[in-house]
Amino acid sequence: MTARNRELVALVPVALLLTAGFTAVFAQESDRLDNLSLIYGAYFLAVCLATHIYLRLRLPNADPYLFPLVALLTAFGLVMIYRIDAELARDQANWFVLGLLLFALTIHFLRDYDVLERYRYTIAGIGLLLLLAPRLPGIGAQVNGAYLGVELGPISFQPAEFSKICIVVFLASYLREHREVLIVGARRVLGVTLPPLKHLGPLLVVWGASMFMLVFIRDLGSSLMFFAAFLALLYVATGRFSFVVIGMTMFMLGAWFFASTVPHVHDRVEVWLDPYASPLGSGYQILQSIFAQADGGLFGKGFGQALITIPGTDDALLPAAQTDTIYALIVNELGLFGGCALVAIYLLIAARGFKVALLADDGFSKLLATGLTAVFAIQAFVIVGGVTRVIPLTGVTLPFVSYGGSSIVANFVLLALLLLISDRARREATAPAPLGGGLALEGGR
Amino acid sequence: MNRQIVKLFTFVVVLFGVLIGFTSYWSVFEADALKEEDANKRPLLEQQRIQRGRILADDGTVIARSIPKGSGDNRRYVRRYPESVLFGHPIGYSFVKEGDSEFEQFHNDELVGEESEFTSLLDELRGQQQEGNDVVTNLDPEAQRVALSALEAAGFGAVAAIEPSSGRVRVMASNPPFDPNRIPTEQNELNANTFETPLLNRATQGRYPPGSTFKVVTAAAALDSGAIDLDSTIDAPATIDVQGQPLANSDGASYGPITLETALTNSVNTWFAQLGEEVGSDTLFEYLDRFGFGSEPAIDLPDDQVEPSGVEEEGELLGRGDAVDVARVAIGQERLLVTPLQMAEVAAAVANGGTLMKPQIWSRVVDPDGRVTESLDPSSYSQPIAEETAATLTTAMEDVVNEGTGTNAAISGVPVAGKTGTAETPFNESCVGAGDNQAWFIGFAPADDPEIAIAATVECTNSFGGELAAPIFREVAESILDD
Repeated sequence: MTARNRELVALVPVALLLTAGFTAVFAQESDRLDNLSLIYGAYFLAVCLATHIYLRLRLPNADPYLFPLVALLTAFGLVMIYRIDAELARDQANWFVLGLLLFALTIHFLRDYDVLERYRYTIAGIGLLLLLAPRLPGIGAQVNGAYLGVELGPISFQPAEFSKICIVVFLASYLREHREVLIVGARRVLGVTLPPLKHLGPLLVVWGASMFMLVFIRDLGSSLMFFAAFLALLYVATGRFSFVVIGMTMFMLGAWFFASTVPHVHDRVEVWLDPYASPLGSGYQILQSIFAQADGGLFGKGFGQALITIPGTDDALLPAAQTDTIYALIVNELGLFGGCALVAIYLLIAARGFKVALLADDGFSKLLATGLTAVFAIQAFVIVGGVTRVIPLTGVTLPFVSYGGSSIVANFVLLALLLLISDRARREATAPAPLGGGLALEGGR
Repeated sequence: MNRQIVKLFTFVVVLFGVLIGFTSYWSVFEADALKEEDANKRPLLEQQRIQRGRILADDGTVIARSIPKGSGDNRRYVRRYPESVLFGHPIGYSFVKEGDSEFEQFHNDELVGEESEFTSLLDELRGQQQEGNDVVTNLDPEAQRVALSALEAAGFGAVAAIEPSSGRVRVMASNPPFDPNRIPTEQNELNANTFETPLLNRATQGRYPPGSTFKVVTAAAALDSGAIDLDSTIDAPATIDVQGQPLANSDGASYGPITLETALTNSVNTWFAQLGEEVGSDTLFEYLDRFGFGSEPAIDLPDDQVEPSGVEEEGELLGRGDAVDVARVAIGQERLLVTPLQMAEVAAAVANGGTLMKPQIWSRVVDPDGRVTESLDPSSYSQPIAEETAATLTTAMEDVVNEGTGTNAAISGVPVAGKTGTAETPFNESCVGAGDNQAWFIGFAPADDPEIAIAATVECTNSFGGELAAPIFREVAESILDD
């Protein structure tokens, strides 16, 4: 079977999940929802099919499982959001279409993605500017004490979502060029392998940038996400675990320092350590998130059965159910099994992403694929970890599942880049078969 | 770089494993503890959304039902008790804020339709919402009404009536009663009323000295252990000396050598005190255990709302080997404290040929589709005495009603077996200003084919058991036998 036929087959479970999910929610709450909203399910599937055909034409060799897995996540998210509010689900479906549009455009214009290397400093600059934007007067917006949003007239978006791609592109390019010097120039001081001072600069800049985010954007989650992606790339590029340890130590020290000086960050850490100190105040969200999971048990309460608001009022029982705590809602309604299934999908995406990196030929492709996959996986970890109290709860979105335009659109660009790398890698891997003609045969990797 | 990529992936697998670990911890392993947290209002809010099943009397009378309030997502259910005070005990109440008690608490799982995770998963797949089951009780509303109004006329006290052959509880009344409908507004006042203690189910939580009704237990132990038979005689003077203190007959009469039948009929203290000493405390305690004294009754009420009966010392129940004045225990004095339920069980065991059945209030569980999903399978608690012992004892107890202290319990045309009791409770502080007798009657009818065994007691009275408690027995027994 060709890659694309496999993709088509893999889309079948997506269609099933979506249909089953929408039907279940609709059956539960038919008094509240009008059946027009069911059309959105069909609309979603049609768009998936169109994307599949586009991939068939443009990237015939690209990894066949990444898109269906992402579509599965989106369907998962769409069903959950539909269950919270049909209006929000329509918005989300529109964002999905816009995301796919940007996905197609990325594939169209960045077929030769090496061009990104040439503009790496520009891209890094854009990335940092995007990060800074929420603090710029006039357009910045504060959400729950963190500066994550930008408002341009009617449009508001979270620039960090786009910034992460820019930063990964820059790091992949920079590390591709300097990895050898970083390895060769390393010296051992007091038994610890240190990178050469000359090349340490840019790395300190990245550390500084994440500390800066902690202070100015006040978001521990994105800061952690950026820095972890950086360390992952540094490790893959140099193979020096000691660099990771040094980086971790620096981040910990910085985070500890700022956590005790920046009030917002401090609060988040305090709440994480002892949510029962203020069960109706700052601890409310994390406690309710955990209570919602406890309510789910093994199999969950079923689609549309969980309580999101306190009956008889508009008070939230599970605050930010469509964004931050959507994972808790999933565990509440689908149980531990539902939560495991979701985490498994992220793990499969990570597996396919790293596979793309393994197959890629050149250093830049390898590092880019690694970086994009790592930042994606870490983002999922940061928010699920926040909701399950592994780490402090922060306002990072659950990629492709949480409600939010920026997240969907940016992550589709990320997916487009991964598929571009994959298409080239797999084309080259199958090309040596001289008699293979135009057919890309599977199984030869 | 590939080696590092594989290692990085391994690291991601570990990270995600941690997520699964934490999710399992919260959603499964720690779930029950989290549901108990005060900050967690979910269980309460969820319970409100389920239509709790009804509680019905034996004849279908609705004792408790839930009515909807609000609509859509705001729909919740509130408990109503149409019979008001009649079944306050033993049914109790169930409200989201105020909590639950007695039968409502014990049978909560059936009433809310709690099922195993697998069954509820199947229900979800079929799109069914959790629904409560109805629970049908053995309670007889007419007899319950008779018992409660008789008590209200006589004073604070309790009545427990059990079907001897099955252990089905037909009546459980406690005076003063309470109206469960008033719990949401008056729970604090009812709790604060430590004089009347209306929330106390006196039938299972009231602990009183049993007086002469306990002679049935002493006689049972003596007959069954072979210490005496129907022909054995003991000399019963007006007064004997027990452990340096005089012990007298209540009528002051001297009876001479008499048999069990005469002694029970006239409730002769000196006769039973000597019998107790002959039987010995070890044997007596053994029979107490067999009748269920010393442990919580096996009834379907919450553990913290039933009290065990027995000889009590500083809050602890005494047993074999403990030093007691066995002569006074034998006549129901000493530090003996019993619940009306326990005394009804004694009567029921004698009535049922010596086999004590587990007392049960519930009869069957009916699902929302009207199917009976569970029904009571009567089971025995113990066999305290042999069948012949029970028959002999029944004969003696019939004499009590026919010609002795219990004539007020007689029902025309129906043979009745019973025993009166009047314990003096001069130290009972709650009796200040009232009489300090505890009036008792235990018995069963018809004596030749028992359908009902009853214990009735009234606290803080000037009357005797035969005057005050025996008529209550008769009224309740007549009401049940009329059906």
